[in-house]
Amino acid sequence: MSGYDHALKYWYPVAMADELDTGQSKHTKLLNTDIVVSRSNDERLDVNAAGKSLAVQHAYGHAWTTFSDTPYPLFAIPESSEQERRFVPCGVVRVSCSPLRAVENFLDIAHFPFVHTGVLGSEPHTEVYKYDVKIDETVDEVFATNIKFFQPQASKSAEGGIETEYIYRVPAPMAAVLYKTCPPKPECLDVIALFVQPLDEETCDVWPWMALYDDTSSMADLIQFQQLIFVQDRSILENQMPRKLPIDPGHEIPTKADLTSIAYRRWLKKRGAYYGAFERS
Amino acid sequence: MTITLYNYVLSGNCYKIRLLASLLDINYETIAVDFHPGQEHKSKALLKLNPAGTLPILVTDGHVFTETKDMLTWLAQHHDQSNTWWPANNSDQLTRVVQWLEFSSRLSATIGELRLNSMLNKAIDVEAAKHGSKICLRELESHLTEQRIKGIQWLSGDNPTVADVACFPYTALSPDAGIEHDDYPSIRSWLHALRSLDNFLTMPGIHELHELKSTQKISP
Repeated sequence: MSGYDHALKYWYPVAMADELDTGQSKHTKLLNTDIVVSRSNDERLDVNAAGKSLAVQHAYGHAWTTFSDTPYPLFAIPESSEQERRFVPCGVVRVSCSPLRAVENFLDIAHFPFVHTGVLGSEPHTEVYKYDVKIDETVDEVFATNIKFFQPQASKSAEGGIETEYIYRVPAPMAAVLYKTCPPKPECLDVIALFVQPLDEETCDVWPWMALYDDTSSMADLIQFQQLIFVQDRSILENQMPRKLPIDPGHEIPTKADLTSIAYRRWLKKRGAYYGAFERS
Repeated sequence: MTITLYNYVLSGNCYKIRLLASLLDINYETIAVDFHPGQEHKSKALLKLNPAGTLPILVTDGHVFTETKDMLTWLAQHHDQSNTWWPANNSDQLTRVVQWLEFSSRLSATIGELRLNSMLNKAIDVEAAKHGSKICLRELESHLTEQRIKGIQWLSGDNPTVADVACFPYTALSPDAGIEHDDYPSIRSWLHALRSLDNFLTMPGIHELHELKSTQKISP
């Protein structure tokens, strides 16, 4: 099975659930194919490719579609049903990079002090402490746990620097979910997800989505905080070479701080998720 | 006096105001406007404040500014005791400042639009914007090269002014729109000079300069 065939089996976000007024439509791309997203009634969005209607489901603030008649089920985010949380779709940012690179960058903490200076990291607090990574065979997802990192402003709701705990989860090749310390509610974890719509192997639309405990920040503040972070990454992502993600070991020399990335690449390779990968397409 | 900036973090025009305020150490408050995806700048409440539906908007006691160039001018006139950022006492330089302030609108209309297209998928005439962007950068490069030959580092003279602040963001952000700086050495040198200023402020896409390691010898 080619990387492209493998990628066809998944669900991808193509719009925010409340995007477009009734009667409106927009043109976009998914896996090198032109698609049209339209709203025929108030309830739901429709997606068409070359006149053929595709399956659509609404979840986590977005409309998801797939080319497959027998897709893998869309991964679960149980926190999405906790009604006390604020659900924040952050819009879309286009990036000229492999969809896999967008996910991998999200999983990296070592760059925080240098790219997200004063927000997610700062010098001299640059050390990535030992953390654990595993591929959970029962659900076939990558997990990174026990991550601790000093953050000057961990979220919009944070007042001053704190040591933040992170858990990363990769439930699909082009999605990543982060659970991190919630400053105003330390017994709970905020959820920040990155949903990637692969336009082609070297271009993607990225849809960040959050499920937070924060009763005070305005919606615009929450969205801009996340956009600020992501667009700080964008210029770095667009300069990574090669544009596609190398997933065979041997192309790059990882360090211990890259454990999550190593597991992610290994997991992609094992699944044959080569769409957007350097080796095969 | 309270100064309130209606702000969007990814906007190069809003950044002009944040940058000058930082350089001149001016206190201000911000109100985040959900430009994307919320289109809040086109909402009734904000259109009432600024019928043009653009950002930034700057509100001070008695004034509502909706044009970025006017905001820069006003801030410098009222908060720069050195009188150099708006060189009111130097009419020759002031003429050049006004000229380059006007030029900054062309950068917004070309590189700014192209950046919105490549980042937030705004529908525009891409080829026209690319062409326009390159013409602007060449014009800027040519001027800055002439300045360098004369030993002058800034757009209008021997000191940075609001004109440099106005032209800086979209020039610096052109890689966001797919236009690298490789072809523009004088622009690169000018960007570096701006980023070296005390109290310089970054934004996404404009990174901090790496601090140069001290060349001082450590005594044994």
